[in-house]
Amino acid sequence: MPHHTFFKFIWPSALAMLIFIALPIVSISIQSFFIEHEKVLVVVENCTPFGCKKETRVDIEASKVLEEEKPLGRFNWFGTYTNRNHLAFSELNQAWKESQNFNDFLGEVFNLPFYKALSFTLSYTFIVTPLVIIIGFFIALAVNRLPSFFKGPTIFICLLPMIITPLIGSLVLFWMIDAEGIIGSLLQIIFDDQNLSLKASPTLTWVMLFVYGVWHHAPFAFVVFYAGLQTIPRDALESAMIDGANRWEQTRYVIIPHLMPLAVFISLIQLMDNFRVFEPIVGFNAQASATSLSWLIYNDFRSGDGDMLFGSAAATSILTIIGISILMTPVIVRTWSANKPVIGAR
Amino acid sequence: MFFKTILTAGAIGLLSTASYAGCGIDSGSVRIGGNDFPAYQAVAEAASQCSGGGVTVSVDLNKDHKDRQVASLTANPAEFTSSLANNSALSALMNDGLVRPLNNLIAKHASGLQDMQFVTVDGEVMAIAYMANAQHLFYRSDILDAAGVAPPKTYEEVLAAAKTIKDKGLMEYPIAGTYAGWNLGLEFINMYLGHGGEFFESGSAKPAVNNSKGVATLNMMKSLTEYMNPDFLTYDSNAVQADWEAGKVALTNLWGSRAGPVTDGEGSTPEIESNTKFTSAPTVAGGSRPATTLWWDGFTVATNISDEDAEATFKAMMNGISMQMAVANAEKANWLIKGAQPNPAGVGVLASASGGALPYPMLPYFGAMHSAIGAEIVDFLQGNETAEKALEDVEAAYIAAATEKGFL
Repeated sequence: MPHHTFFKFIWPSALAMLIFIALPIVSISIQSFFIEHEKVLVVVENCTPFGCKKETRVDIEASKVLEEEKPLGRFNWFGTYTNRNHLAFSELNQAWKESQNFNDFLGEVFNLPFYKALSFTLSYTFIVTPLVIIIGFFIALAVNRLPSFFKGPTIFICLLPMIITPLIGSLVLFWMIDAEGIIGSLLQIIFDDQNLSLKASPTLTWVMLFVYGVWHHAPFAFVVFYAGLQTIPRDALESAMIDGANRWEQTRYVIIPHLMPLAVFISLIQLMDNFRVFEPIVGFNAQASATSLSWLIYNDFRSGDGDMLFGSAAATSILTIIGISILMTPVIVRTWSANKPVIGAR
Repeated sequence: MFFKTILTAGAIGLLSTASYAGCGIDSGSVRIGGNDFPAYQAVAEAASQCSGGGVTVSVDLNKDHKDRQVASLTANPAEFTSSLANNSALSALMNDGLVRPLNNLIAKHASGLQDMQFVTVDGEVMAIAYMANAQHLFYRSDILDAAGVAPPKTYEEVLAAAKTIKDKGLMEYPIAGTYAGWNLGLEFINMYLGHGGEFFESGSAKPAVNNSKGVATLNMMKSLTEYMNPDFLTYDSNAVQADWEAGKVALTNLWGSRAGPVTDGEGSTPEIESNTKFTSAPTVAGGSRPATTLWWDGFTVATNISDEDAEATFKAMMNGISMQMAVANAEKANWLIKGAQPNPAGVGVLASASGGALPYPMLPYFGAMHSAIGAEIVDFLQGNETAEKALEDVEAAYIAAATEKGFL
């Protein structure tokens, strides 16, 4: 393809990527190095319906002068990244020195907001992603064998969890698993324990969020695998049958290798999606037991009456991007090296 | 039915034309934004009666108003000409100079305001308050009678009453509290003030909550949670109200603005409603101050709008907080407006205020403290760490946020 044709073809996408992907990332990385100016404080008398009191307030004029000089704020280098609400280097160092054994140290680490969120985010990613792939695969196999009359309705029902908006889906489940709800009270009857509550225990909250994640994402894996199953060459399956392969062996040696590229694709998408887990935490009101990196960003924007911590949110965003890149590297390297001989063969 | 609708519509039309004449505004754009609950709706509704002729009044109430207020008033011209605010919202707005002093407008257009309604900062009136709110004790008189205990005056008595109710098998979880997220932070603030605690080293923004009063506060909160539904960390005001109306709770420290809704003849049984009683927030640890914070709600006028719009907004809002509005909506709030009748469901707020409860602090860095508390004491309530460690975490989280905001 001549260069100018290629350029004509690609420039709208390149421009869109520049505006919607590259520029925001540059902008937040700049933002993450700055913190707000030191506020000029004055003590004044405040009067409210409940009486008068000397209280501190921000001197608006003096603060404005500072702000006009340097609108971005104070340059803070990696100060925001290393403070207690993010990577917390000095706290880690201190915990290492002071803790008696490794368990103590871990306790201290997971008490820090960033590491607490990271531990849930990673657990969620690594538990939900494989389960989604496995369950999606088996649903696809099962649906594929149904008589064609039932296929349409079954596929529609299987897709429902994905069609429902995540927030609504999690709210529906939230009420179902309530101690008064249908699932919650059923569990109480099954385990014969009146005090059993999924929302009260951190462990059960985690399990509940994992189950929600699998429920919500499995249809995606299912629909991709189902499409893949339609492309399996009949002759390969038939020759396997002639060779005496039973159903499991057909699946193991014909279907799975054929669908492998799809599994890689799904795990890529799922790793990205699950690392950004957010809606179920809000929907389940689960922030007391489980927080994620995305939730930390959201919290920076909601803490205090609209007083947003832009620098802190930007730093967490950059750390999230770094986290996703690290997670995806093995998968991308694998795809790339797997594709090379194919390209060469052409 | 159809005919009736037309008649009603006609009547409303007539009414609004009549009161429009009374607002005395010639032109301008009035845009009101605020939190969404019945009392605010009543004020906004009365203010929008001024719409007509050259004046447009638009109302946008949203329960997440606190998250958008700073952004929407920073725009020039501001999205809202008036933001309905309270103690903590006003500090956030004033930190960035987003609301204008009202002294001139008051001199020109206000009459019949009571002095207590002026929220002044350094001599400048920044907001005009129209209602008071506070969390206070709700109790079920029938359950307390059956248990043979008097309405509790202190948190120690609340615990004792809850124990009796539970031991007699009257209720499984007799206490409820708003213990989720932001609300949890406020519960700590209430209880800590009840213990006589100070949040900062005097005259600075340095935190000072890690002390014996802080530990006592946390221990009291933990003792209360032992009589709560195990899901207590997911309970906000709506959830507590739902459990109350379902008759599952006998004691709770809930907002004055919920007192009307739990006795309004809807969503509950007459038996529960007639036995729902209100009183002052309890004191704690031998203190004399009710463990709660007082909140005022008022209106502000934005800085980034034309003087003409500011004047129109002020006049429309004065109409919004008129005596007629307060009389017509007596049950919706504790109005601070002159001529308003006392609200029967408002005894709890008044009792807490006359008991000497403190107002929620209007400090520019208090929002950061509130968030840090709400996030960091959870581990203690779940039994994962000691009270001292939780308070140490609160201070550390606050220092990180306050440093970024430029207060330390």
